[in-house]
This record gives sequence, C-alpha cells and structure tokens, in this order.
Amino acid sequence: MNDAQIHSSGASEGSLPTYLLGFALALILTAAAFWMVMSGGVSRSAALAGVSALAVVQIAVHLICFLHMNRSSDARWNRMAFLFAVIIIGILVAGSLWIMNHLHQNMMPMLMD
Amino acid sequence: MRPQTLDIEVPSNARAITRNVELAEAEEHAEAGQTTPLGFWIYLMSDCILFSALFATYAVLRNAVAGGPTGAQLFHLPYVLIETLCLLVSSITYGMVMLALKVQKRRAVLGWLMITAVLGACFITMEVREFAHMIGEGAGPDRSAFLSSFFTLVGTHGLHVTAGLIWMLVMMIQVARTGLTSTNASRLLCLSLFWHFLDIVWIGVFSVVYLMRVIV
Repeated sequence: MNDAQIHSSGASEGSLPTYLLGFALALILTAAAFWMVMSGGVSRSAALAGVSALAVVQIAVHLICFLHMNRSSDARWNRMAFLFAVIIIGILVAGSLWIMNHLHQNMMPMLMD
Repeated sequence: MRPQTLDIEVPSNARAITRNVELAEAEEHAEAGQTTPLGFWIYLMSDCILFSALFATYAVLRNAVAGGPTGAQLFHLPYVLIETLCLLVSSITYGMVMLALKVQKRRAVLGWLMITAVLGACFITMEVREFAHMIGEGAGPDRSAFLSSFFTLVGTHGLHVTAGLIWMLVMMIQVARTGLTSTNASRLLCLSLFWHFLDIVWIGVFSVVYLMRVIV
C-alpha cells in the first residue's frame, strides 16, 4: 500500500480532545442561543445581543477546534486569506445595512403620503 | 575487462537516476500536499464572501414582507434546532474521519464517512420538507422580498450541503477502491474543510435568519 506516502500538512492536524472540546462548546453555545429565544424570559434587546455574541463565539470555536486555525507560521497564508475575507465581509454587510437603512429612512415620508 | 566495468556502472547509474526521479516526485507530492489545502481554503473564503452578500441581502429585506407572513409566523424553532444538531454532530463525525485517516484505518474512515453522510442527508431532507411546507402554505419565494431572500440564502446553503454529500459518496467509492492514498487523503482533507465551513455558515443562518427573526 501507499501508506508511507501520506504527507500531513499543517491544516490536517487535529486531535480527539480538540474535536471533543469543540463539540461540547458548540453544543452549549447552540443550546444557549436557542434557549435565549425559546424561553421567552429574555428581553428583546438582550436576546438580540446575546444571540449575536454567542454566534461570534461559536464561529471562533469552530474555526479553532474544527478548522484548526492557529498562530503557527505554516498557516500564515490561510490566516491572510481569512483576514482579507473578514474585511470584505465586514464592508459588504455593514455597508449594505448602513446605506439601505439610510435610504429606507429617507424614503419613509414619501411612502407615508 | 571493459564490458565488466560497464556492466557495473550502468545499473548503478540507472539506480541513481531512478532515485533522483523518486525524490523529485516525492518533493512534488509534498508540495501538492501543502498547496492544495491552501488553494481550497482560498476558494472557501471566496464562498464566504458569496454567502455574506446573501446575508446582507436578507438583512436589508428582512422587513419587506409585503403583507405576507413574517419570520415569526413561519419559523418553527424546535425543528430548526434538530436540523442544527444534525449538522453539528456531522461535524464531529467528520472529525473522526480525519482521526481515522491519520492512523490509516480504512474501515473506520469509511464507517465515519457513512455516518456523516447519513446525518447530512437527514439535514437536507428536513430542509426540503420545511421548504415544501412553506410553499404549500403560500409562503414561497414569490410571496415577498423577505421570502425571496430567505429561500436564496438558505437554499444556497442547502445546495452546498448537497454538493458536499455527493463529494462524500464519491470519496467513499474512491477510498473503497483505491485505499487511503496520498491523493485520497488530500481530497478528504479538502472535504473536511468544506464540511466544517458549511457548519460555520449554518451558525450564521440559524442565528440571523431564524433566531433573530423570531425575536423581532
């Protein structure tokens, strides 16, 4: 067999404890996000902030535990591409919402008439 | 005398050449093993930007219900929670594929791939049922801008998962036929990046699309 030919690359490094930790954290964070909304006991603005924060934390957990993003120099270009994507996404989402909300407000009086 | 020395020299030369070729090939493989995941990662980042455009569209059109049903009326959170759990568990089972690959256990790789594929299929089945139910109730993508953007965003994620499932089936056939070769290992690694990436996109979907729509 070609067993000896397998080359491990930086991105493939994962261990059982990392996966299990990531899975446990993901379960807790998902449960907390659904609970905040489904229990109905959390105020509207608190639930909005809570769900957003939990989503950001869970994305970070998945990136570190499942996609094995780390600070090693091997993963430098992966990190660069990731940071670039984050900047583009930020501009795209925040920019769209900002502009469209302003437009929406400016259009309101006309719609009311 | 002469033919004898030639006889000795030719094989040793040939051996040296084969050795060089082998080394060059090994180097090439090692290089491909390192650049393939990076190239695939860059594709994933561009896919991320595609999804962010769909998220932005959804966020802008979230209140444009055109007198039709709102998210709070349509979405059934316990159902979404089960969908989420399917994807979440499939993420860790794919992690098991990578761990089995590391220790070269072919049967374990195939078994965990199968479990992951079943969980992915459960997710897709649930999503298709949800879509069919909504369309049956008159809340199809043609009802309002809000629903158009909902079906586009969630449907695009669903199509990605379906593509991942097809890829997984192809990998099961390839691993069963040719074993855990370095080519197959690199393909399985790319598929793992793809699968975990789709789970990350789903975190955005259940938070922004489902949970936040039910709150507001």
